Amino acid sequence: MLLLLLQYTLTFSSVLILVALGGCISERSGVINLGLEGIMVMGAMGGALTMRYMSGTNSGIVIIVMVLLISAAVGMVYSSLLAVACVNFKADQTIVGTALNLLGTAGATVIVKAINTAANPDDVSSVIQYMGPKQAFLVKMGGFEFNWFMAVTAVALVLVYVMLFKTRFGLRLRACGEHPQAADSVGINVYKMRWAGVLISGALGGLGGIVFITAGVSEWRFEYGVAGFGFLSLAVMIFGQWNPLRIALSALLFGLFRALSNVYMGFDFLAALNLPSQVYNMMPYIISLVVLAFTSKKSRAPKAEGIPYDKGQR
Amino acid sequence: MKKNLLKNEGVQSLLASLICVVLGLFLGFVVLLFINPSGAGEAIVTVMKNFLTYSKPATQMKYLGNTLVKTAPLLLCSLSIIFAYKVGLFNIGAAGQYCAGVGLALYSALAWHLPWWACLLIAMAAGALLGAVSGLLKAYCNVNEVISGIMLNWITLYLVNMLLTLVKEPTSPYTFQLSTHGAQAMIPSLGLGALFNNNQYVTLAIPLAIIVAFAVWIILDKTRFGYELRATGNNKNAAKYCGMAEKRNIIVTLIIGGALAGMGAALLYLTGFEQWQCSTSSVPAMGFNGIAAAFLGGLHPVGAILASFFIQHITIGGAYVDKTMYCAQISDLISAIIIYLCGFVLFMKHVMNKGLAKREAKVSAKLAAKNEEKGGDQ
Repeated sequence: MLLLLLQYTLTFSSVLILVALGGCISERSGVINLGLEGIMVMGAMGGALTMRYMSGTNSGIVIIVMVLLISAAVGMVYSSLLAVACVNFKADQTIVGTALNLLGTAGATVIVKAINTAANPDDVSSVIQYMGPKQAFLVKMGGFEFNWFMAVTAVALVLVYVMLFKTRFGLRLRACGEHPQAADSVGINVYKMRWAGVLISGALGGLGGIVFITAGVSEWRFEYGVAGFGFLSLAVMIFGQWNPLRIALSALLFGLFRALSNVYMGFDFLAALNLPSQVYNMMPYIISLVVLAFTSKKSRAPKAEGIPYDKGQR
Repeated sequence: MKKNLLKNEGVQSLLASLICVVLGLFLGFVVLLFINPSGAGEAIVTVMKNFLTYSKPATQMKYLGNTLVKTAPLLLCSLSIIFAYKVGLFNIGAAGQYCAGVGLALYSALAWHLPWWACLLIAMAAGALLGAVSGLLKAYCNVNEVISGIMLNWITLYLVNMLLTLVKEPTSPYTFQLSTHGAQAMIPSLGLGALFNNNQYVTLAIPLAIIVAFAVWIILDKTRFGYELRATGNNKNAAKYCGMAEKRNIIVTLIIGGALAGMGAALLYLTGFEQWQCSTSSVPAMGFNGIAAAFLGGLHPVGAILASFFIQHITIGGAYVDKTMYCAQISDLISAIIIYLCGFVLFMKHVMNKGLAKREAKVSAKLAAKNEEKGGDQ
């Protein structure tokens, strides 16, 4: 039972880490990315469709690589909507992000329903099933099901940390989020940097989406979007103070509580408390709120985030 | 020189919104074409026609009534968003405040058997309380109101599900019918229902919502209190320097926003139009559609009235599309495209102003050239 809890914790934490890293990179470059939910849904849809159309005849490694690439690619393309509006047209980043959330869920539902109905006129649901290909991702080690996504997350974590703090690109990216006018004065193209930040966050968000919908289930009803996980990742990002390592730790904490809601029946002392399942569903959100209440006082967001870059201003 | 009508801020907002709507509908049409080219034209017209699909005027009035019933809560949710936005806050927690309003309105009607105005006030209080939590967290703990709003949305959803399970039908996940178990709580119709072909759901909720819209406009634009709130939104530190209690203003704004959203919930569910499903797994869309209506209305309370009606019109219109070819979510898609485009409104206004400035420059250059010719004689 403890192994199952560990497995679920790692899976949900992977989702939170990937998406929070995406949000972190975008905000470090100066663009608030509230559209992560929509990006997750779109990436998830891309990945799920890939899995559905690739049958079990393809080898495992091909399935894994294709799914990851396509989810990330779909996420990137979708996030370019945010980039063009916020960077080129200087739109308000909060509105565009919210619009992308609504657009993502609605769009994914419309597309999936259209595909389902085209295949079978009686099928008007927004469900995609992918039992077979999903098995390619799992490796059984004893009683523990290791999912390749966890490895991908670990690699992504290391890569993002190195990129942000050890490379020239990362330094320039962070400069655009703290003081874009100063960055511009030394010749950094702020628009290009912000585009890069948003596109990378789109890729990570798409990956997070596909990890979320394959966590523990073999089909997904796209009408539900991603159940607020995108915003939970934003809370993780703020709690992690825009630092990849702290984001990972916070993600583990929230992932643990989220996993508890799936497996609490297996723990005798928890089942004995006889709390309704809704309480466990609420736990991650309540914990986030409490944690944020105590840690946001000294919160140091990137200084120029949310402000559209205007070359004319000082 | 006569002031060009196009320079008027209000006219520009209206034009920009119209452009967003037309573009949104057009892009929706393109999506429909992709899905199934044969019925796309008819489908988009169906979405736009909504109740006009029916041939008899009597039936049309009845379904117009249905659209109006759902416009009232949408209008109030959009007012909640507008009120908070004018103060610099993005009240995305409106969806949760709406949910809390539903929970307490239905519970006080079905379990406590209170009259409609008491249920309405309790629902407003529930929404206000939720808003207060977001406000306190923002003012004293510096928690971003978007994040706290989302967290509270989900917490409220689960709490309301738990609460309303106590007053639901034994065999289905829906709450009791208001007409049978809580008839004392139904909003009086005051004869309005007869105007819409005896639509029993049309009540004084609709004129009440419109009155509230005007009240919000007056409070924000014409009172000192509203001015203080807007000043706090423009520059928190400057407001504090002037002696305005900016922490109190933030909390009060979110309380009012919450009360508005809670009122919207009561105005819908106390008509008996819908029942709450206790297994609802996602936060009701009304709060998020309120964002769409708010921005489409140019963030003006009176504009929101028209925008809410339009958004509700196409949302319900979406339900009439041919289900074998398309799905009802197409209208959600169109709404989402419209609010995405609303983000570009500032750019559109900029283009309009640039175009106007160019024309003026041309006109004045011509005038200057003419004067130069004459000048030689003087």
